[in-house]
Parts: sequence; structure tokens; C-alpha cells
Amino acid sequence: MKHSMRAPALTVVVAILIIGTGFFQSWNSALGILNMGIISAIMALGVNLQWGFAGLFNVGIMGFVALGGLATVLIATPATKDAWQAGGIGIIAALILGAMTIIATIYANKNLPKGKYRILGVSSILVIGFFVFRAVFDPAVSSIEAINPAVTGNIGGLNLPVLLAWPAGGVLAAGVAWLIGKTALGLRSDYLAIATLGIAEIVIAVMKNEDWLARGVKNVIGIPRPVAYEVDLQVNAGFIEGAAKLGLDPVTASTLYVKLSYSILFTAVLVLLLVLAQLALHSPWGRMMRSIRDNEVAAEAMGKNVTKRHLQIFVLGSAICGIAGAMMVTLDSQLTPSSYQPLRFTFLIWVMVIVGGSGNNYGAVLGGFLIWFLWVQVEPAGNFIMETITSGMSDGDLKSHLIASAAHMRLMTMGIVLLLVLRFSPRGLVPET
Amino acid sequence: MDILNALVALANYVLVPAVAYGSQLALGALGVTLIYGILRFSNFAHGDTMAFGTMATILFTWWFQSMGISFGPLPTALLALPFGIAVSALFLLGTDRVVYRFYRKQKAAPVILVIVSLGVMFVMNGVVRFIIGTDDQRFADGARFIISAGDFKEMTGLEEGLAIRVSQGITLVTAIIVVALLFYFLNKTRTGKSMRAFSDNEDLALLSGINPERVVMVTWIIVAALATIAGVLYGLDKSFKPFTYFQLLLPIFASAIVGGLGNPIGAIAGGFIIAFSEVTVTYAFKKVLGHLLPDSLAPDGLVQLLSTDYKFAVSFVILIIVLLFRPTGLFKGKSV
Repeated sequence: MKHSMRAPALTVVVAILIIGTGFFQSWNSALGILNMGIISAIMALGVNLQWGFAGLFNVGIMGFVALGGLATVLIATPATKDAWQAGGIGIIAALILGAMTIIATIYANKNLPKGKYRILGVSSILVIGFFVFRAVFDPAVSSIEAINPAVTGNIGGLNLPVLLAWPAGGVLAAGVAWLIGKTALGLRSDYLAIATLGIAEIVIAVMKNEDWLARGVKNVIGIPRPVAYEVDLQVNAGFIEGAAKLGLDPVTASTLYVKLSYSILFTAVLVLLLVLAQLALHSPWGRMMRSIRDNEVAAEAMGKNVTKRHLQIFVLGSAICGIAGAMMVTLDSQLTPSSYQPLRFTFLIWVMVIVGGSGNNYGAVLGGFLIWFLWVQVEPAGNFIMETITSGMSDGDLKSHLIASAAHMRLMTMGIVLLLVLRFSPRGLVPET
Repeated sequence: MDILNALVALANYVLVPAVAYGSQLALGALGVTLIYGILRFSNFAHGDTMAFGTMATILFTWWFQSMGISFGPLPTALLALPFGIAVSALFLLGTDRVVYRFYRKQKAAPVILVIVSLGVMFVMNGVVRFIIGTDDQRFADGARFIISAGDFKEMTGLEEGLAIRVSQGITLVTAIIVVALLFYFLNKTRTGKSMRAFSDNEDLALLSGINPERVVMVTWIIVAALATIAGVLYGLDKSFKPFTYFQLLLPIFASAIVGGLGNPIGAIAGGFIIAFSEVTVTYAFKKVLGHLLPDSLAPDGLVQLLSTDYKFAVSFVILIIVLLFRPTGLFKGKSV
């Protein structure tokens, strides 16, 4: 097939898959796949920016997605007034002390004479700083977490419209990416990969343990929505009438309406980001990025500041993942830190980018939809296949084991898809032009 | 003030567990480092290789147990271990033949191989879950303790007890034997020397007539053995759960990198550094300090630097600190 035809052809395939789900299963699940597909596509765009444009191997996507999720809690949920009174000042003071310790350490490291004085000075600042920080931080945290722990136990958020959380998620992710980039981007690819993998784990560990921030593993539920609530629609006379005209009962109609509203919002974000990514790719900046990716040494010889450009694109790509993370938490209206797992939020996104076609924005987006569709549908398909295979077998341990293990076919399928694409179409289904 | 009791408490809760965990990490990191040195990529599938080897061993263990074979006070898994290693070696050689060889022939960039290993990781993870499920499997049998806390108290008359589990003892002994064998192999045998030559300078090694496919094959077999042994020891010490093994990837990589990727001695040192820091930083020192300090100064809190859930974070923070000051690890690692 001609290169130029690949993207439209794959678009048609993805559309058929999703519309087919609507006809053969339910429109509810079709819209569900579409919505998470859009979010996955946005994450894939972010990764494509880093890997496809600049060749940065970031396996810490999960961390940025989770930070985006955290942003929705900090922006959209109401503040817990008592908690702020009890420990707000303590927390802020502790964070300032912590930041001061780090600044002092950096200053000391730069200015003390090299040798034993520097080692002694830096380590004593760090150790003393740590204990001072803990001394201020711990009591503040326990007083906040003591406030009504069954319902809140955290400081809450700013009570702003939840849509603001999406850009805020991007900003939060970008800020952390900048910090990481400053320390880790000097490392070569494998070291950078492990570094980002570890940072993502740290972000999740903090979110799971710091209950004062976002309730940790107790989860934050009931995050405000940017769209209507089903229950409100179901008592709205005009809506019921409209649904009846379409031949739908109010309950089904309301869920479809809500999901469709999300789809429209999400599509707007996806289109905006895709247009920006395309403009970036074809701008002088995008060409510079790709030339750095293809030959770092030559680009450096031409006077390009490789480290600075890498930092720039690392921050941008991570910000996009943060936006997607915030959108996902908005869609779920809850933040569940323990659900963030690297297989699902880092490695699966990588499969999307590689299968779709790294370096090609359309490819990454389509890969996002395609792989997400497979991720959702492989399990029922696997169950069906297993039931068919085992239908002739007599009931027993083997049969029940086989049927039970069909659920694990997901990971294997993703791996096989990735390996097959890497082998037979190494530049992805929609290659870079 | 009671230095002896403090020492025993420290040994019981910090030294013994950290030595066992460190040995397991070191064996895992040796596998990662060998692949990095010879095949020249970071193998993300290593955690799942450990899970696969352990699963094979568990299946043999169950089979032996069902036939009534046991190893006296030692766990039956040790008898099953060679069979588990054989199965995972075959599996890895098959993977190499089907997957990695193609990219090696193409001289693909190392980062492509890393992504390929992500695909292998998914498949292996799926295979393990498919065969044995996602639940916790306990397969340790035989005696539980070399010395239990109660016996120790009786023997010494101390207030604190020291418990050493059989699995911890076996871990240390096995690790020492394995490491000794590995270093003997790498330094004294012809194949081992050719592996080192290949790792140091591929072109020169090829010129001198070393068969690269043979080196690769031997590497995979050794990696299979190391991964399976590390996995089984970890499983005996704690328990076997596929997802936990996947999570071990981070501390294992941290160990290999802290020591210097591609450097076997570094991998061992890194393993112990990571294990000791994880255990000490997340251990509550209240008890130890309680023995050391006079009553008036005894601490109120747990005296725990970080909560236990930050374990993974610790290995990573050490990694960053080391990399900031020594970009290729403590012992000079390779940088492809």
C-alpha cells in the first residue's frame, strides 16, 4: 500500500472496529472504548513527541499521567477548611524548608572547596535539613489526616471548575518533568530509561502514602464533572421526551448522553493537540528535533544545544501525558492511586506508539485507538475462543483452568502484536514520512 | 544500655533480611549485567524471566512432592531447581532464536532491542499468568528455621531473639556458590574468556575467531540459570507472585546500574548496597535505640526514616545520587 494511503486506511479500520462494537455489543461500550481511546491517543501523542521526534526513551509515563490525575483533585475538589486550619501552615512551612534545604545543598556543593569539607558540608546540610523537615512536616500531616478521615483526611483542593484541571495537570507534569530532566537528561538512553521508570514509581509511592495530599489508597471519589449528571437528566422532562422520540428509555439515553458529551470535549482536546503537534513537526523546530534525533553529533556541530532541546521536548511530551491523566480522572470522577501500574500506563502506551508508527503523529493517535480497542476486546474474545476450544472437553480442572486463564491473554496478545509489528513493519503501521 | 541486645535486634531485623535480599538482587543484577555486557541492551524482560524460571521450578516441585520425593530439612525446590533452569534455558534460547537473533543480524540500535525486550516481557508475563495464574504460590517445605527466636533466647539468655530462616541460609550459601562458579567460569575457562573478550571488544573478538552465536548461546544459558536461581530463592524467602517479580525489575536494574552496567563485581556490590539501604531506611529503629539509650532518652516515635512503602523509591534515590557523581556506576561500567 502507498504510504499516503496508510493513515486513511487505518482510520477506516479503527472506525469500523468502534462502530462495529456499537452494533454488535452496545453503543455504551462503543462510546466507552472511544473515550478511553481518545485519552490513550493523547498519551501516545505525548510519547511520540519524545520518542518519535527526539528519540528520548521515557518509561516513566505512568508518573506523569498520575500527576495529571492528582491535579484534578487539587483543582476541582472543595477545600477541607478544618484541615487547612489544623495543618495547612505546617505543610507549607515544611515544603518551604525542604526546598530551602535542597537549594542550600546545591549552593554548598558549588561553593565549598572540593574535598572533605564539601562532602561534610553537603551531607550535614542534607541530614539536618531532612530531620528539620520531618519535625515540621509530621505533626502537620497527622493533624490534617485526623480531620474526619472517613470522608476527607486531606487538605482538599481549590474548588475551581474541573476543566481547569486539564491544563493544570499538564503544568504539574511539566514542572516535575523539568526537575527530572535537569538531573537525568544527561544520562544515556538506557540509564535515562531506568531513571524515568524509577521516578514514576516514586510519584506513585508518594501518591499512595501521602494521605494529606489526596487521601492515598483511600481514593478520592466524586470529583466534579464538566458534563451533566445522569440522575439530573433522568428527571428532566424535556430530556425524557427527546429520548422517547429516539426510541430510547431514559436511563440508557442519559448514559449515552453523558458519554457523548465527554467524547465531544475529549475530541476537541485531541484535535487541538494533534494540530499543534503537526505544526510543530513541520516547523523548523520539528526539523531540528529530528535532525538531533538522527545524528546528535552532527546537530551539535551545527551549533544546536542538544541538552536544552531534549529538556524542552521532554517537558512538552510529559505535559501532554499529564493532560491526558487529568482527563482520565475527570472521566472516572475518581482518583485511585493504586490503579496506576506500569504495564498499563507506561508499557501499553509504548506499544501504541510503536505499533502506530513512531515519528508520525497520525500513526501514534491511530495506534492509541487500535491498541486500546484490542486491550478492551481481547478478554471477551479470549473467553469466547477458550469456551469454544474447551466445549468438547469434559468438565474438570483443566477445562476450568483454561477458561480462567483466558483473562491473561491480554498481555500476551499485546506482546505478540508489538513483536510482530517490530519485525515485519518496524516503522509502525503508519510510518514516518 | 544494652549493646548486645541492640546488636541482636539489629541483626534480626536488618542484617539477616538485608543479606538474603541483597544476595537475591545480586543474582538478578548479574543476569542483567551479563546481557548488557554481551548482547548490549537492557533487558526489560528480566523480572519476568525470573518469574518464568521460578514457575517452572514450582511445577517440578509440586510434581516431586506429589511423588513423595523430599529433600529432608531442605526445600524440595532445590531438587527441582536444575529442571527449572533447563526449562527456562530452553525457553530463552527459543526466544533468542525467534526474536532477538533477527535484530542482532541487522545490527539494530540497542534501544530497538530494549523495545523488543518490552514485547518479550509482555509475552512472558502473559505465559506465566496463563500457566500458573496471578495468585500467591507458596512452595517452601522442609524445616522453617535454622535457629528460631525462642531457641536463640534460651541459648544466650538475651532479651532479644535472633531468627534465621532456612530460606535465608540457603540464599546466602547458594549465592556464594553460584557467584564463585560464575567467576571461575568467566576467568578460567576458554568459553568464559571468549565471553569477556566479546564483551570488551566485539570486533577484536570476532577477528580472533570467536564464534559470536556460541557466546550468545552460552550467555542466555547462564542468564537463565542466574534468573531462575534468584527467582526461586526470592520465592522461597517470601512467596511467588508474578506481579511481584515484575516489580523486582526496578531494584535489580538499580543494583546493576549502581555497580556499573556490564560489570559483574559491580552487580554484586550494587545488589547489597540497594538491599541494605532499602532495609535500613525503612526500618523502625525504636527497638534498637531503646536498648542503646538510657530510658530517659528512649525515643517516642518509631524512629523510621521513611515508611515501608517507599522501598522502591529508596533504590531509585540511591541510583540517582550515584549516577550524578559517577555516571557509569561505582565500578566502572560500560557505556555503549
